[in-house]
Amino acid sequence: MTEQSKSALRWQRKDLLGIRELSAEEITFILDTADAFKEVGTREIKKVPALRGKTLVNFFVEPSTRTRTSFEIAAIRLSADVINISASASSLTKGETLKDTAKILEANHADIIVLRHSSSGAPQFLAERLTSSIINAGDGAHEHPTQALLDLYTIRERKGAVAGLHVVIVGDILFSRVARSNIFGLLKLGARVTLVGPSTLVPREFEKLGVTVSYDIDEILPTADVVNLLRIQHERQRKEYFPGIGEYIRLFGLTKDRAKRLKPDCLIMHPGPINRGVEIDSELADGAQSVILDQVTNGLAIRMAVLYLCGGIATP
Amino acid sequence: MSTVIRNGRIIDPANKRDEVADLAMIDGRIVDLSEIRTSPSEIDEIDATNLIVCPGLIDLHVHLREPGFGWKETIESGARAAAAGGFTTIVCMPNTSPIADSPSTIAWIKDRAAEVACVNVLPTGAISKGLMGEELAPISSLGQAGVVAITDDGRCVQNNELMRRAVEYARMVGLPVFDHCQDYNLVGTGVVHEGYWSTLLGLPGWPSAGEEAIVMRNVLLAELCDHHIHCQHISAAGSVRILREAQARGVRISGEVCPHHLALTDDAIQNFDTNFKMNPPLRGKEDVTALLEGIADGTLGILASDHAPHAKFEKEVEFDAAPFGIVGLETELGLFIDLLVHKKKTIDLPRLIEMFTVNPARLLQIEAGTLSPGRTADVTLIDPELEWTFDASASQSISRNTPFDGWKLKGRAVRTIVSGQTAWKL
Repeated sequence: MTEQSKSALRWQRKDLLGIRELSAEEITFILDTADAFKEVGTREIKKVPALRGKTLVNFFVEPSTRTRTSFEIAAIRLSADVINISASASSLTKGETLKDTAKILEANHADIIVLRHSSSGAPQFLAERLTSSIINAGDGAHEHPTQALLDLYTIRERKGAVAGLHVVIVGDILFSRVARSNIFGLLKLGARVTLVGPSTLVPREFEKLGVTVSYDIDEILPTADVVNLLRIQHERQRKEYFPGIGEYIRLFGLTKDRAKRLKPDCLIMHPGPINRGVEIDSELADGAQSVILDQVTNGLAIRMAVLYLCGGIATP
Repeated sequence: MSTVIRNGRIIDPANKRDEVADLAMIDGRIVDLSEIRTSPSEIDEIDATNLIVCPGLIDLHVHLREPGFGWKETIESGARAAAAGGFTTIVCMPNTSPIADSPSTIAWIKDRAAEVACVNVLPTGAISKGLMGEELAPISSLGQAGVVAITDDGRCVQNNELMRRAVEYARMVGLPVFDHCQDYNLVGTGVVHEGYWSTLLGLPGWPSAGEEAIVMRNVLLAELCDHHIHCQHISAAGSVRILREAQARGVRISGEVCPHHLALTDDAIQNFDTNFKMNPPLRGKEDVTALLEGIADGTLGILASDHAPHAKFEKEVEFDAAPFGIVGLETELGLFIDLLVHKKKTIDLPRLIEMFTVNPARLLQIEAGTLSPGRTADVTLIDPELEWTFDASASQSISRNTPFDGWKLKGRAVRTIVSGQTAWKL
């Protein structure tokens, strides 16, 4: 992206709630901004004063280590003061409502609240009621915008552009906020998207979003430019959705054998945490086509960009 | 005390009457005009020119929240909201605290209503003890205490065998069985209609089949037990088809429709506003079309609100966590007239009034719902052409959980008369 297009857009959002509400221009603007912050990560002193004096609260009502850590490091690099609150440590366990807890954070001058919550729509709920910036770090099965942005960033970095690519997302789509945010972002930037997984976890209804649904991974893999494998869980609440890990691997696992069908330059992505040997063969996860660790590193740049853009918006 | 309502269009579907005439009442009873013998100066006159004069409307699906949840609604405030909506008789659901599964709770509700309610309040009793779906409530004792139906509304008996026995027992006692149709396994944690919007928003879906399965179950049991089952708040196209086919075979099964399932579709949930969260959920356009067809051909013979008050602090939470339900007593008549009579022209006013009077009265086996001489003078005056805007802040209900605040509607009750006394007047 050129300097010209950067200057054409003025960032106007105090919140980042989802990818669906963003325009292609806004997405590209965030990716471009992240380029600059990625450079910061290569310096000896990896810290800039962009959010000095601002307070960021990592409010994680649902457990997370990876995303929380990434936001925390991103905020520290921007010189913000960071507080972490988990569900078990918050007043939510004492019956306080989400609104009241968040209002307390605001009254404590939290400039930015990064929210992870098990209910779809919780970040929007807070954004409508608070003047603090709300950054969605994953809400229910709804959206996980920074994950999609870092995925788009990684794809753009490796492939030069997102438009025209065929991106295949494999696994538990129904319950995945990563899948939804990726679908919205990829389509906005002009990619073609195919969803693959068990019919119970990849309902045909998704085709109404503008993607293709397939239950035959072997047929799809040869045309893929990117394969994004989502974490498969076969815990208590998923027992009704597919019979077991063995059958999943046989039908949808990215085995070494199956990977031979991939184009040599096809990227393999995974938002983590990986179940080695389930979604993906262990060696493939560490192989030449894998960009899984790039995703993590790019996540820092994306989160710095998002915090910088939204946190810098003056609130009324 | 003699009252004459002058020059209104009297619509009394039970007597197939539709004419401009005067309606007379003496001491809280409807009488023939010829019985008014007092001098004109002693007659209380009400001018009803250009108004509809019809039997007091009945809403057989209302949550009054007492005993137990007085911060949401009370019998007094709920009755006031009913009167303001044109209703003279309301039927309240048993999911109170304590649950209305014992004669003492029914007696408390009746006593309280007699003391504070400005309209007739008829309680229902639970099907199962504690609404737990495991053991039968004392249905005969509930009947003796004065319930007009049994239902586990808010919950649904999942055990088909228990439901079968409840229906058989209720037949002996002579009480109709109402059912909130929801298969818990199919619905799971669903909070919105399973379809495009649940897929897009990642909200747990509540599939239509979760209602249709229980409607079908009820058809089978109504047939097996030869007794009436009334399916509450029907929302899905498939349910309408199942009811239509069963009724054609003579099965004793009926269904009711709530205004929100006609006025709104599931796209309304896209901003996660919990005032659009109800159970069953708002469904798709094709479901609305099927409900309208069901109303037009008589498959769905009863209109009701499912008035479900909740406090603002209860509704102002994450979408998943919010309680289901909206208030509806003050908007339902306006919404139905506006939609069914004016906009969609699905039915005419006499049909609409039939669905609010004689049809629920027959189901409940109560002596309300007609203007026959000798009957209690419960009368509603309606201006079907009145254009008005609903202002939730001016509501009679304690709770304000409505998606219809600020809606412009055409058609409204302008006076509600209970036992000859004006309970509410615009």
